[in-house]
Amino acid sequence: MRNLFRSRVFWIALIGSIVALLLPLKVSGYILGLLTVAYYFGVFSMAWDLLFGFAGEVNFGPTFLIGLGAYAAGILNGYGVPVYPCIAAGAVMAVIGGVVLALPALRVRGPYFGLTTLVAVLIMMNLIVVFAGFTGGEIGLTVPDVLSVNADTNYYIALIFMIVSGVILYALSRSPVGLILQASGQDPVEAGALGFNVTKHKLTAFIISAFFSGLAGALLVFYMGTASVGTLVSIAVGVQVIIAAVLGGRRTIIGAALGSIFLIGAGEALRPFGELSTLIVSAIALLVILFVPSGLLGILTRGEEHA
Amino acid sequence: MTELVVRDLVKRYGGLVAVNGVNFEFKGGEILGLIGPNGSGKSTVMKLIMGIERPTAGSVQLDGVEMANWPSHKVARQGVGIVFQHSRPLHRQTVLENIKLALLPDSLLKLFADPHVERRAREIAERVGLAHVMDRRPSTLPFADLRRMELAKAIARDPRVVLVDEPFAGLTPAEVATFSELIRGFRDDGRAVLLVDHNVKSVAAIVDRVFALYLGERIAEGTPDEVMRDETVRRVYLGGSIETAARPESTFKDADTPLLQVDKVGVLYGKAQALQGVDIHVHEGEFVSVVGLNGAGKTTLFNAISGLVPHSGAIRWRGEALAGRTPASIARGGIVQVPEGRELFPDMTVRENLDLGGNHLEAKDAAAQLAWLFDLFPILKSRQSQVARTLSGGEQQMLTIARALMMRPKLLILDEPTLGLAPVILEQLSKALEKLRQTTPITVLLGEQNVTFALPHADRVYVLEHARIVWQGPPDRFAAEAGTGYL
Repeated sequence: MRNLFRSRVFWIALIGSIVALLLPLKVSGYILGLLTVAYYFGVFSMAWDLLFGFAGEVNFGPTFLIGLGAYAAGILNGYGVPVYPCIAAGAVMAVIGGVVLALPALRVRGPYFGLTTLVAVLIMMNLIVVFAGFTGGEIGLTVPDVLSVNADTNYYIALIFMIVSGVILYALSRSPVGLILQASGQDPVEAGALGFNVTKHKLTAFIISAFFSGLAGALLVFYMGTASVGTLVSIAVGVQVIIAAVLGGRRTIIGAALGSIFLIGAGEALRPFGELSTLIVSAIALLVILFVPSGLLGILTRGEEHA
Repeated sequence: MTELVVRDLVKRYGGLVAVNGVNFEFKGGEILGLIGPNGSGKSTVMKLIMGIERPTAGSVQLDGVEMANWPSHKVARQGVGIVFQHSRPLHRQTVLENIKLALLPDSLLKLFADPHVERRAREIAERVGLAHVMDRRPSTLPFADLRRMELAKAIARDPRVVLVDEPFAGLTPAEVATFSELIRGFRDDGRAVLLVDHNVKSVAAIVDRVFALYLGERIAEGTPDEVMRDETVRRVYLGGSIETAARPESTFKDADTPLLQVDKVGVLYGKAQALQGVDIHVHEGEFVSVVGLNGAGKTTLFNAISGLVPHSGAIRWRGEALAGRTPASIARGGIVQVPEGRELFPDMTVRENLDLGGNHLEAKDAAAQLAWLFDLFPILKSRQSQVARTLSGGEQQMLTIARALMMRPKLLILDEPTLGLAPVILEQLSKALEKLRQTTPITVLLGEQNVTFALPHADRVYVLEHARIVWQGPPDRFAAEAGTGYL
């Protein structure tokens, strides 16, 4: 606890949260809408960082988990199930899908885990198109209900969801369980020799990651009112989630949220440059990844011994 | 009392038999040394006990409980701990946190560590002599302290059996003394200790018994003295009576400026001193062997010569300093290294591998060189269209040497060519080297821990030990003056 108050990450997160809570007093509904999406992406990235930064497994298909949550929730809602049970179902579906994927995938080592997750996304994209009758196919799925029609309410739901998820994931990463997970990621042979069941710990990390990804995916569907391959499942979306986590600072959890907000914020701020804006954001991301491997959070906490 | 029993243990990797029916046991309060040269299967035995590798056949029992085929976390919980030679500690955590990790239960529900964990971690840190660096990050520690941390992690689990891989590698004599004390402490606690190392000498002072392995099979067992006197052990480590054919140094013409002059060269790997003040020279046409155990620094020395690692001191080639030249430029200058790992292109044929080596030659010269090589290594001629990965270990080694010779080197550096090869293959390789030496003016620098192989061809021998040259002289004086270190 004592360490917590001395840590700069804690103060950055606290001040950031307070600023975010006060924002609706100042900025337009348009900006709030952007940030709402950014916060959900922040949860995607934080969930991804738990797997990559701590369990040491690169999940190239974060959108598989996100998509499962989003489409499960959206499709159920179409059958008249109320919003909140749908969201819960989305999270459960992502966990089930995550276990089905991870059990065989964790048996293979090295790059093959990542490739398996990538293939899962491709299969999912195909299934969505093939079963267009249920999923809306390439046009997208329209859900009858939304979380709220009020921009402020939507903003607060997303923000509080991100803060709560962040606190849980961060606390987990700093707990004894998180320590074992890091050891399993860095040197699985030694972790095993210390008596830790490496597969069990990695599978749990995958389940937790899937839970938060699915939950955030389901919430996002009910914010936007639609789900489509292009916005939630495509490889490009997955890449954005990954870049946000790496850009923000891997192995930090909080950095991943920071990176997501930065990516979406920068994309918007550079909109006057038209087509160039994507290029500029990509160039910035590349520079940070190449020259500041510890990411944005690393820049903010530089020089601090106990980060 | 604790007893670990290994019976008829076998491990095959495809066609390679790494461990072939090994039987031994050790008890609580006893230190057993498991020794063997490179490729003898000793590390595999250790991994089989720990469950890091699954045995092909045989049994590993701890106090009557069969553990063969268990995953390593189950073996660990049964009471076996291991001290790895190389490990990757958690770099963002402190030393104390690294030790705490080892004290945690394998539970998914532990969100807060029990208070006794902190206290116990501190006790252990003090016991192994880490008290003053508990709050530092592992990356800031000297090498010996990192090894202490590994010891600390192993004892944190309070194992009944402790396996230690090369306990003294990379340590100074003073540190060796401290570590010996710590390991004796394990024994005095009543734990059963297995030390895995290359030779008897390095563990003789501390072990109660030695079990010697060669090519996956037991060759001797007994007290350190008995094993050192054992005929088979002497033959494996020193060779029988070695016939040498050294040419005296004065017969080489370039006495003033030797072809290769290595002058006070030092290399640091992070905190470990891999090479320190090494002086060697090689004359044109000479065959020089550098003898040293695993980890002595042979590969590092060769990599320094080839420009692959930064070093202090000077390396001169025909009197000109090599400093600042790229590895590619050094290789073009005529220094060609055959690396320990062979590094063939596994999916290419024998012929394609050779053609790549002769890529820079004119077609006519390449053809002539190839014909000469097929004469030197007849087996390669008959295997031309075979894919390299399907060759046996010995054939692969010949191909690697042949590929290097396609580059028409002035100086050929051979790094441990005998690694993992069966005796019959050694013989073939040895003949090829002898022919090479007698029929060509080539200069060879050979690094070996297999003395039997290194001495017969050598004109001069250097002994490398713990990063320094400790002896040099003609091969016929080696056994008398430097041989005991190799048992």
